[in-house]
Amino acid sequence: MKRKRRDSGLAALMLVPSGVILLLFVVYPLIKAVWLGQQRCGVTKCTNNGFDQYLDAFRSNEFQDALIVTAKYALITVPIGLVLGVALAVLADKYMRGVGIFRTIFSSTVATSVAVASVMWFFLLNPNVGVLSEWIGGIAKTPGLLQDPRSALWAVSASSIWANLGFTFIVVTAGLQGVPKDLYESAYVDGAGGFSRFTNVTLPMISPTLLFATVVLTTRAFQSFGEVDLLTEGGPLGKTTTLTYLAYGSGLPTSNDDGLRATVSVLLFAVLLALALVQFRGLEKRVHYGN
Amino acid sequence: MAQVRLKNITKQFDGVTAVEDINLDIADREFMILLGPSGCGKSTLLRIIAGLEDPTEGEVYIGDTMVNNVMPKQRDVAMVFQSYALYPHKSVQDNIEFPLKVRKIPKAQRAAAAIEAATSLGLGEYLDRKPGALSGGQRQRVALARAIVRNPAVFCMDEPLSNLDAKLRGETRAELIALHRRLNSTFVYVTHDQVEAMTMGSRIAVMSRGHLEQIGTPQEVYDKPSSVFVAQFVGMPPMNILPAGSLETGTHLVGVRPEHLRISPDQPLSLHVQLVEQLGHEVHITGSVGDRRVVIRQDSAAVMPAVGSVVQVGAAENVRHRFDAVTEQRIAE
Repeated sequence: MKRKRRDSGLAALMLVPSGVILLLFVVYPLIKAVWLGQQRCGVTKCTNNGFDQYLDAFRSNEFQDALIVTAKYALITVPIGLVLGVALAVLADKYMRGVGIFRTIFSSTVATSVAVASVMWFFLLNPNVGVLSEWIGGIAKTPGLLQDPRSALWAVSASSIWANLGFTFIVVTAGLQGVPKDLYESAYVDGAGGFSRFTNVTLPMISPTLLFATVVLTTRAFQSFGEVDLLTEGGPLGKTTTLTYLAYGSGLPTSNDDGLRATVSVLLFAVLLALALVQFRGLEKRVHYGN
Repeated sequence: MAQVRLKNITKQFDGVTAVEDINLDIADREFMILLGPSGCGKSTLLRIIAGLEDPTEGEVYIGDTMVNNVMPKQRDVAMVFQSYALYPHKSVQDNIEFPLKVRKIPKAQRAAAAIEAATSLGLGEYLDRKPGALSGGQRQRVALARAIVRNPAVFCMDEPLSNLDAKLRGETRAELIALHRRLNSTFVYVTHDQVEAMTMGSRIAVMSRGHLEQIGTPQEVYDKPSSVFVAQFVGMPPMNILPAGSLETGTHLVGVRPEHLRISPDQPLSLHVQLVEQLGHEVHITGSVGDRRVVIRQDSAAVMPAVGSVVQVGAAENVRHRFDAVTEQRIAE
């Protein structure tokens, strides 16, 4: 009993460094943000509105519009990014000469920063000099895909999908390499064709990887700021103003109010938390975690 | 008719020869064992029959049809893997139904067939379980049920018992023999375990380094091994190979099974006893004759020599096997 108490004390002591770091860099900023989110701040002073500010901000047109834009953005980028990532990973999951070159190319976007990717897409989609605009023509030339309210969100999404493709490719490739080859061979001898092997073996076997990638890509979509800031600055007509851009962007009602920025950030945190829970609850039943 | 015929089969992987110029006829309803050590090419040969590998040269026939360019699905072959290769996300019933499902058999019909196959192997109460919730032996039976459910002409089995413990392996061996009798199909079974080979096979094809060493019934392979390799691979403890000139005059090697060596003062060879192993029903006496290791198998009731002693040993002429000292092939009598 005495020894157990002594061991517990030692364990607690050893946990202190991580506890301090956690308190200092996670718990304190969160509490501070929740507190700041109750304030309206001018240039010189802040006034406390209590938790009502969260409700008011949530009901505001700006927040609702940004939430819808963000949801659309996630609904575009996550499924397309996932399908492309899985398709490329399956194509590259072959033992053949030179496949390593393709793997390197497919995964290279993971080493590209959002800023570089955004600038690249900015030039590709530029209505005057952009190669893609030249190929596509029509609204891509006048006024430009990033300038037209109907296409701006799709254009920003394209940049984001491209930038995240390397991550999805690497994660899915790792998942594929964990699938025993015997399962494919067994299915092959039993008469399953390529599509049947994909649906009956590949997809179920990499389902934990797909759940992980879905949650991460959704979180990234809800947190995306760089692409929006560099490509459209939330425009045109607020059609690309995502929640993160509403919290940190310039030229918006929130721009000069640290309190409101914090309010939006905390609400975004709550939305993401709820979303992750829904994803895990909803998708986990379809996920197989091995024996 | 589901005889399998391999004609001049060679398989190379990136220039490395796995099997070379194999000719093998497996009769309809035969239980053929491909026996050999790891890396001898037995699994490659099985995979060529199943259609999982294409031969570099040669022809594969199932029945009267050459199947070199026929997909596994059309070969009417089922395969049981060493790892069982069960789909961990599917229930036992769904696993067994899978070959029928991909053949678009109606749901009710395939469910009935799966239940029948499962029940015949004692899996009736586990149909809703996932493979992860089954023991090794039960998983092995699910893999067998999945193979038998579509009633294939040929069963290919790649060391299906090697993941089981010794007791279960013995039981499942007997079940497989019974299954073969019941199904009346052709079985091609790969193993490195000579006990499995001797007890299960109608015939054994012994392989070494990509070549067929000998084909015969278990008794033929045991009684008349075609080479030193077969003589030492089949039989436990392995056959003793005595150097030329030690037991008989001449330049050939002489092989004697451990149970055929006799200890008696009038025998010609001196054995330095190094180890006496009491196994209950028999005793193994290990020692050396010159620089050769020699093992004697004796009844446990016999008088045992002491470790460190020297005893005289020999064997009757009719139990000796003679092999060419250079080619190590059996010398015709």
